[in-house]
Amino acid sequence: MAEVLVVVEASQAAGVKKVTLEMLTIARTLGSPSAVVFGDAAAFTDKLGEYGAEKVYVAAGSDVEDYLVAPKATAVAELVKSAQPAAVLLASTQEGKEIAGRLAVKLDNGLLTDAVDVAADGTATQVVFAGSGIVKSKVTRGLPIVTIRPNSTTPTPQPATPTVEQLTVTVADSDKLTRVVERVAEQKGSRPELTEASIVVSGGRGVASADNFKLVEELADLLGGAVGASRAAVDSGFYPHQFQVGQTGKTVSPQLYIALGISGAIQHRAGMQTSKTIIAVNKDAEAPIFELADYGVVGDLNKVVPQAADEIRKRK
Amino acid sequence: MNIVVLVKQVPDSGAERTLSASDNTVERASANNVINEMDEYAIEEALKIKEAHGGEVTILTMGPAGATESIRKALSMGPDKAVHVQDDALHGSCAVATSKVLAAALGTLNADLIIAGAESTDGRVQVMPHMLAERLGIAALTGARKLTVDGSTLTVERQTDEGYEVVTASTPAVVSVWDTINEPRYPSFKGIMAAKKKPVQALALSDLGIAADEVGTAGATSAVVDFSPRPPRSAGTKITDEGDGGSQLVAYLATEKFV
Ligand SMILES: Cc1cc2nc3c(=O)[nH]c(=O)nc-3n(C[C@H](O)[C@H](O)[C@H](O)COP(=O)(O)OP(=O)(O)OC[C@H]3O[C@@H](n4cnc5c(N)ncnc54)[C@H](O)[C@@H]3O)c2cc1C
Ligand SMILES: Nc1ncnc2c1ncn2[C@@H]1O[C@H](COP(=O)(O)O)[C@@H](O)[C@H]1O
Repeated sequence: MAEVLVVVEASQAAGVKKVTLEMLTIARTLGSPSAVVFGDAAAFTDKLGEYGAEKVYVAAGSDVEDYLVAPKATAVAELVKSAQPAAVLLASTQEGKEIAGRLAVKLDNGLLTDAVDVAADGTATQVVFAGSGIVKSKVTRGLPIVTIRPNSTTPTPQPATPTVEQLTVTVADSDKLTRVVERVAEQKGSRPELTEASIVVSGGRGVASADNFKLVEELADLLGGAVGASRAAVDSGFYPHQFQVGQTGKTVSPQLYIALGISGAIQHRAGMQTSKTIIAVNKDAEAPIFELADYGVVGDLNKVVPQAADEIRKRK
Repeated sequence: MNIVVLVKQVPDSGAERTLSASDNTVERASANNVINEMDEYAIEEALKIKEAHGGEVTILTMGPAGATESIRKALSMGPDKAVHVQDDALHGSCAVATSKVLAAALGTLNADLIIAGAESTDGRVQVMPHMLAERLGIAALTGARKLTVDGSTLTVERQTDEGYEVVTASTPAVVSVWDTINEPRYPSFKGIMAAKKKPVQALALSDLGIAADEVGTAGATSAVVDFSPRPPRSAGTKITDEGDGGSQLVAYLATEKFV
């Protein structure tokens, strides 16, 4: 069975990201999964094996890790040439897409982004136009290079014992033009990552202040979820930009999305309307968010949310 | 500094968007087309750099005849001139082909700095800046929330899920920007009038030495085989808080097994 390359998203702090396990789960239906890790893989190998990786390729060293994106694309391109995989899967994250873009140019090969599924024949299913349409597409030149959106499928284990292979990557000078001088983690506590969380609690302009966002955080923490924000909340300085959900922010597709004080503008819906269950709290009964909410509470979030938090505490 | 800003015209994301029934390409004919929002931030950043360091700002667009409207709008913010790559054969081009065309056009422009939006709202592919850097063999500093220019050294704060990365490179380079980087100016009346007279150079595929079958639907590296609208969500239960809204909400969460 041909190999399927899965370009791993992981960090030493957070471990193997959930989207990687989803990619391995999809890869198993296409061939024999081989994970590609950049940097030290020791902490990840067991997890990758648990989800079916038969092989783990490791590209490490300062040539690969100290420069932005380009050396990683070179490493994957070399691997495509030597391993002749049936497909390459990457995460639909900024870096995943960027590697995919360079890879496509290097190999003069088509690419498909933001897929939620890939069929055995390489046909990818993509959700387009802010979740309002579903497209099936195929790469017509070269092998399928597909980026997978987080929370597209439920990762299921299928234990394998991967062989680990260190790659020697020949990095060209033109790959070393952009140096990474610093990586800064901004505090985010122990909450799950926004795009991977199965529960997201978001606040909008109706939350009214940065201080009052503690209501949103409290509910998120009680449910074990991530915190999101509308653009109006971000623009008003209530919450940092990397938590913005929507057209110009993150796309999330959790099991449960709770919108607090968010009107439901089309650009906000763009980032959350494929969520499985949607709950809204808004004091305006006519707010468009109620059109897509499975459960809506017309009321003041300053009353409803603390009461809900108390009730959850009671039930615990 | 010679700066080129990449501007794409896209269907307005605030309205209904669809694919054309005849060939499954993005329906642009009937849509209300606008400048890709993120590209307005790219234009603003270019103008700020020109104001601080001198130089020239050129808009580069690949798109159909109707894209001139967005080009004039971009020029009304302040750039000096524009280049419009337009050719009937380009209809339906995939990202790989688009990058080939834009790279060829950039090859004629001798830019020190190319600024793009981090992503377009129609495709949300987020690939073009790195594809261009790959083709041109120049540096890419993408996802910028902050850009500093010091002589020929560029430093970018690149937004990541965890926080940010500081990345640096020398010109020539491609930089892509998020909407956190600045606040785009509104065109002034004077700007709008001046834009009408600014030069817009038209380039066809033959000017770039690219054959018609390398681009468009003919040269596409991927194809849409099926498009269907997603069934719209329907509203569920809606209650009005009469003192126990929070408790009722949690009761619902419990029936759905979230608590
Ligand atoms: C190109 C473009 C891209 C965009 N991208 C995004 C994006 O990525 N993400 C995004 O979110 N938006 C985006 N927007 C902005 C979008 O159009 C809306 O302006 C924004 O989503 C509104 O945020 P909001 O719902 O928090 O604020 P508002 O629309 O002001 O709604 C606030 C809501 O809170 C309710 N409320 C007020 N007080 C209370 C209270 N005490 N209790 C309960 N409810 C209360 C009000 O009834 C109201 O419905 C974009 C816009 C454009 C043009
Ligand atoms: N046809 C085009 N003409 C000019 N610029 C483009 C075009 N397509 C993409 N771009 C630029 O590349 C950025 C990223 O686009 P994308 O990779 O399509 O998400 C956009 O914000 C534009 O700056």
